[in-house]
Amino acid sequence: MSVGAVIFMIFGLLLTWGGAAVCISIAMRKRDV
Amino acid sequence: MKRETWGSRAGFIMAAVGSAIGLGNIWRFPYMAFENGGGAFLIPYFFALVTAGIPILILEFSLGHKSKGSAPLTFAKLNKNWEWLGWWQVLISFVIAVYYVVIIGWAISYIGYSFTMAWGDDTTAFFVGEFLGLTDGPFQLGGFRGVIVATTVLAWLISFTVLYAGVKAGIEKANKIFMPLLIVILLIVMIRGITLPGAADGLEMLFKPDFSKILDGRVWVAAYGQIFFTLSIAFAIMITYSSYLPKKSDIINNAFMTGLLNCGFSILSGIAIFSILGYMMHTGGGELPGNLSGVFLAFATIPQAINQLPALQVVIGVLFFLSLTFAGLSSFISINEVLVSSFTDKLNLPRRKVVLWYTIIAGLVSLIFTTGAGLYVLDIADYFVNQFGVAMSGLIEVIVIGWMFKLVTLREHFEPISDFNVGKWWEFTVKFITPIILGITAIQNFYSNFTANYGGYAIGPTLAYGWAVAVGILIIGIILGKSKWKDASILEQTAEDV
Repeated sequence: MSVGAVIFMIFGLLLTWGGAAVCISIAMRKRDV
Repeated sequence: MKRETWGSRAGFIMAAVGSAIGLGNIWRFPYMAFENGGGAFLIPYFFALVTAGIPILILEFSLGHKSKGSAPLTFAKLNKNWEWLGWWQVLISFVIAVYYVVIIGWAISYIGYSFTMAWGDDTTAFFVGEFLGLTDGPFQLGGFRGVIVATTVLAWLISFTVLYAGVKAGIEKANKIFMPLLIVILLIVMIRGITLPGAADGLEMLFKPDFSKILDGRVWVAAYGQIFFTLSIAFAIMITYSSYLPKKSDIINNAFMTGLLNCGFSILSGIAIFSILGYMMHTGGGELPGNLSGVFLAFATIPQAINQLPALQVVIGVLFFLSLTFAGLSSFISINEVLVSSFTDKLNLPRRKVVLWYTIIAGLVSLIFTTGAGLYVLDIADYFVNQFGVAMSGLIEVIVIGWMFKLVTLREHFEPISDFNVGKWWEFTVKFITPIILGITAIQNFYSNFTANYGGYAIGPTLAYGWAVAVGILIIGIILGKSKWKDASILEQTAEDV
């Protein structure tokens, strides 16, 4: 795989699953899940 | 009548994500990305998520939460003159439900076929011939297909059982089972995929960025279309689901979670599908398989790939079609809930009675898609109800809510109860960005369909299964919008009352 392809794959995964993880942690900090 | 509520916030998120994640995440997104710039497609895709997908999710979550009612009731509470818009969305859901269930039936059938790999060497011929019994044209029904009828009935029975049990004991519980299972199964299929020889070539095809494509306006319209159709917006589902939220519920963070988890699932699906396609190229002398999206990807190309696997063929076959079944069922249940909730509100009938009658009536209608002409009818109805139903009702929804009502009132409703604020960008996206993009899509759709028939079909089938359905549900929606509520006091109820 080229460097560009690897970067975009990681970019996609990080933005979605990472973003969701941040949102879930915000909800958990409010003790509301 | 006291309105049911979700048992927990996690239950609502699971149900909303379960609704958004459907067959399109598995068989539409990967090909869209591949066709429209590979990794570079993710730029317009995420831009569309933030400027249209999540803002409309916030809009629909807050509408349902504020009105505590189904889509027709929500729009009727805003203004009785707009009730028809809610009914139009409900009828769009009905049309989608009656063909979507048959695809779930196909997936269930293929779980069984996976044990013996009954599709043989020519998977396309098996799918259209032996399995679908596809006739020569959309008007030649060719009789019912026994296996498809049986598995379609099974899908209806599952939906009936879940909906009959109610929101908390049925929908929430089902999604708490389906969603974790779906993710685990997808991960297993993905790991099998990326450990195959040639997988890296497939992922290279999917993620290699072609930046020239993002200068093309059509790619941006495609990205907005993909986001719009993947999030279950504009056909009343999210309004219905959020109407079961308790009074003190977050709106904004829930919308972000739903949107991000849905898109994250799409990317995992893309990795699974394209690593398998890469393996097929590896074993096929570098040639890309013919069908890379839609039903033929799932029911012809993937079985062909399973045939070529060096080991675990049955396991991967069963898991792949189980993932399609779970993804489909969670969306199907949400679509059916739209109708159940709407008629329960309108007719003031017990929920269980509505579930029973709805399942019988919709189940009978869905049988047309189990005939030898089912794939033709499904293809035409799906195209027209999406392009002229979902997209158009979405356009009207954002114009009506964005321009005829005070968006700030809605923002004042959801910001104080949410984990974080969105500010004025939300109003800007709902008022300007989404209507402009959906307006462009609508013009494109009308132009392309008035200059040529969809899919090369003759005028007769497109009129009967396409235009007649699209226009018919709009007319019936208007008629239902004019009809009386069995218990008119429901229109006066506020969130505090229910």
